[in-house]
Amino acid sequence: MSPIPSAAQTARITPAATPPELLRNFCIIAHIDHGKSTLADRMLQLTGVVDDRAMRAQYLDRMEIERERGITIKSQAVRMPWAVVDPAGVTSAYALNMIDTPGHVDFTYEVSRSLAACEGAVLLVDAAQGIEAQTLANLYLAMEQDLHIIPVLNKIDLPAAQPERYAEELAGLVGGDPDDVMRVSGKTGEGVAALLDRIVAEVPHPVGDPDAAARAMIFDSVYDTYRGVVTYVRVVDGHLSPRERILMMSTRATHELLEIGVIAPEPNPTQGLGVGEVGYLITGVKDVRHSKVGDTVTNQSKPAAAALAEYQDPKPMVFSGLYPIDGSDYPDLRDALDKLKLNDAALAYEPETSVALGFGFRVGFLGLLHMEIVRERLEREFDLDLISTAPNVVYTVTMEDRTVATVTNPSEFPGGRISEVREPVVRATILAPSEYIGAIMELCQQRRGDLLGMDYLSPERVEMRYMLPLAEIVFDFFDQLKSRTKGYASLDYEQAGDQVADLVKVDILLQGEQVDAFSAIVHKDKAYAYGVMMATKLKELIPRQQFEVPIQAAVGARVIARETVRALRKDVLAKCYGGDITRKRKLLEKQKEGKKRMKTIGRVDVPQEAFIAALSTGAEGEKKK
Amino acid sequence: MPALPDGEPVPSDGSLPEWLADAPPAAESLGLYLHVPFCRVRCGYCDFTTYTAAELGGGGDRATYAAAASAEVALAARALGAVGRARPVGTVFLGGGTPTMLPPGDLARMLLAVRDELGLEPGAEVTTEANPDSVDAAGLEALAAAGFTRVSFGMQSAVPHVLATLDRTHDPERVPQVVGWARDAGLAVSLDLIYGTPGESVEDWRRSVEAALETGVDHLSAYALVVEEGTRMGALVRRGFLDAPDPDDQATKYELVDELASAAGLAWYEVSNWARPGAACRHNEAYWRSADWWGVGPGAHSHVGAPDAAVRWWNVKHPRPYAERLAEGGTPAAGREVLGADDVRLERVLLGARMADGLPVSALSAAGREAVAGLVADGLVAGRDAVRGRVVLTRRGRLLADAVVRALTD
Repeated sequence: MSPIPSAAQTARITPAATPPELLRNFCIIAHIDHGKSTLADRMLQLTGVVDDRAMRAQYLDRMEIERERGITIKSQAVRMPWAVVDPAGVTSAYALNMIDTPGHVDFTYEVSRSLAACEGAVLLVDAAQGIEAQTLANLYLAMEQDLHIIPVLNKIDLPAAQPERYAEELAGLVGGDPDDVMRVSGKTGEGVAALLDRIVAEVPHPVGDPDAAARAMIFDSVYDTYRGVVTYVRVVDGHLSPRERILMMSTRATHELLEIGVIAPEPNPTQGLGVGEVGYLITGVKDVRHSKVGDTVTNQSKPAAAALAEYQDPKPMVFSGLYPIDGSDYPDLRDALDKLKLNDAALAYEPETSVALGFGFRVGFLGLLHMEIVRERLEREFDLDLISTAPNVVYTVTMEDRTVATVTNPSEFPGGRISEVREPVVRATILAPSEYIGAIMELCQQRRGDLLGMDYLSPERVEMRYMLPLAEIVFDFFDQLKSRTKGYASLDYEQAGDQVADLVKVDILLQGEQVDAFSAIVHKDKAYAYGVMMATKLKELIPRQQFEVPIQAAVGARVIARETVRALRKDVLAKCYGGDITRKRKLLEKQKEGKKRMKTIGRVDVPQEAFIAALSTGAEGEKKK
Repeated sequence: MPALPDGEPVPSDGSLPEWLADAPPAAESLGLYLHVPFCRVRCGYCDFTTYTAAELGGGGDRATYAAAASAEVALAARALGAVGRARPVGTVFLGGGTPTMLPPGDLARMLLAVRDELGLEPGAEVTTEANPDSVDAAGLEALAAAGFTRVSFGMQSAVPHVLATLDRTHDPERVPQVVGWARDAGLAVSLDLIYGTPGESVEDWRRSVEAALETGVDHLSAYALVVEEGTRMGALVRRGFLDAPDPDDQATKYELVDELASAAGLAWYEVSNWARPGAACRHNEAYWRSADWWGVGPGAHSHVGAPDAAVRWWNVKHPRPYAERLAEGGTPAAGREVLGADDVRLERVLLGARMADGLPVSALSAAGREAVAGLVADGLVAGRDAVRGRVVLTRRGRLLADAVVRALTD
């Protein structure tokens, strides 16, 4: 007998008319590469919602970058039918909503909203690798929200799989017996049907009041070129119907429901969504900011009294200047950011001008991955060549006269009498084989970290918790961690307020003129090292001029490092006869073209390439250390 | 050898643009350059159009070269005549290669062709380049008798290890000797030096300059060694067998030659040239003044101009197609470029700035004029001349002439 329900059975789980008892809402918590998308593909095939021919590998990850990186940025929800025979021999159909969660720390708030749409979670762990720090963090989030956890080891077909060992680890984390840990292979399909059965058997069905005013939580919203914003919701109470007017409770904005439906896995319009159901809404709005993740949707004519949870605006934590390498691409960059913003409520930016880099934007990101993804999408989808300044965090500077400045760009760090500087800190969790404890401690100490605690997950694996300044991990911390642990360590962090720190701004000056793109806010003890590194690098990159060019690193008026680009003594072609003249004229014309790409700091001509090299080799140079 | 520029095609008969007929020449004089593309050995640093084999096939042989070159002189007379620019030649310069690889009779024959086709001005300057070891007293006498007035010897250095690195084969002792013979024959004499050769110390350079000046010549050229890609020396530098010339060292050596030559009574008149009063090379001055000059021979460039336009063209590089095209009655030109008013102005600044009498401030664009004060303040342009309305480079300015020109042509 097929677990795919018959037509008669399916009738009982018609969208908008499914009793909550027949619904199961679950998500899969997994680390990048642990095979979540492959498992999801297998589920789509087993439940018959996608036939083999239409199967696209990793169906749910739509964007090209997501597919390439094997990570899911935007979550979606797919409704799948599944038939189960009860002990009495009666077959019943269930509707399973698989809610795809973003896998990364930068999207913690989105993850928490996805989890809030579920009653259960599949904790999926690679049987050859064990649990990773981010998965652990998301598991804790799920447990805080009282989700039913089903521990599953994936990739049991791999020769390197160690299911016994990691089953014990998972059992220790979620409680229970190692034998309760399921073993599947998303690749071969082994154990997947049993997992679906277990979801039906164990995950609690949703509970809500069908007669109350409608309340649905937005757990994702995605911009689609043809449809405008597609909003994903989980209905908690009441019922949403097509053509009615809905109200967004945080903004009080109202929209007409042009379309409502479920994803299976293409959008299927329905007669609405009832208690416990998960689906999508289309209202014709064009900007995801009008459909905010975490907001509550209600009925305008019969609004709910209270929202489901307090809505939080996404808050950028990491900032970087983004500049087009070719200055004439500035309008294209602006258009590209405007377009990305439609699909990314967390993206914040404002125009910025740099003496060194020209016109660009200061862009705020949720975190490092978010920054990388945005930059990559700009370069790939919009074909822009960009240079980004070193990422920095937000500082709160209190002056002695009690005025307070918020600094998102180091060059705006105030001069004068500063009473206190506060910097954001994060609570970081690092999971690694225990042999790397020493290396990790050394790194964290260099980065001004405080060890909060350490636990052994197993005799071989350790969980270390640190309080670290966010500024110390935005640059290359993760790369360093990976290289010092042969790639075995995993990292997760969460915001943990701020702290007072002894921070100074180091300026880089060319012939006494400040080069804004190279100002950095660093700990007092590291100012000298930064100054020397930057001055040395620029000395190599700045072409000799007709005069001597001093390069200085300074904290306030105090010069802490100095280099000199010696004056150019000879710049003349020895011979200039016959054919030389044509060559010389063409060279001159080329140099004049090149001069347009030069930035002039004071009277020093610096090719933009030199600035770019100084900024980019900065990252590499650090990595090499 | 450097690649020829990209240009437009030249009419097969070598005719010049018709608009030249309606425009006055940019300068009175007409110069004629005659290239002799043969050497006994190719020096490691040289990227000029030159060949060491005597027989290049077709009409490209050394023995028949004078005939081919004479055919181009005839073409020059026709083409210039058609636009009203044919006139007696004021300066002739035989360069190479090594012109004295040809017997004096061949050189005389080519000069005769110039006299027959275009005429020579009275008092015309007629120069040939020569290697110290490719001429003797009799040969120099023969050249003087044929109408040559001036000889320029490729001395390069007086220091044996420097000459060896440059692949120069002559004995330094021979230089004063050939200078003496040339003067006995009634020829004005110039010496060419090269500075910045790998391994050359500042003292080596001082010895070379002093040796050159001790011969009593009244003209000296000193060129910084440029290691060109595609030369044997370029390959040696790339592989690390030779050090690349150091521009700071070359600057020091330039300052030294300028001091020594001035002290000996030879004043600079162009960045790389010094002469006693009246002994400047008029042919070379014509290049830097954007005058009309016709370059005869494989790879030679020519320039015929008007006050706000000009045409420049260049010949095919290999002697065989060069000779074949002329034999068929066509032009040996490989391509040409027509310069508009902006290009002409740019070249005038670029070339004029190299001269000791400089260029008038009025020849500059508004932005260029504005840059002059800053260049004076930086010590690159002489303030005394700037006040009188001329841009003249200081010694430091000469060493940074290209940077000054960039500032003046902004």
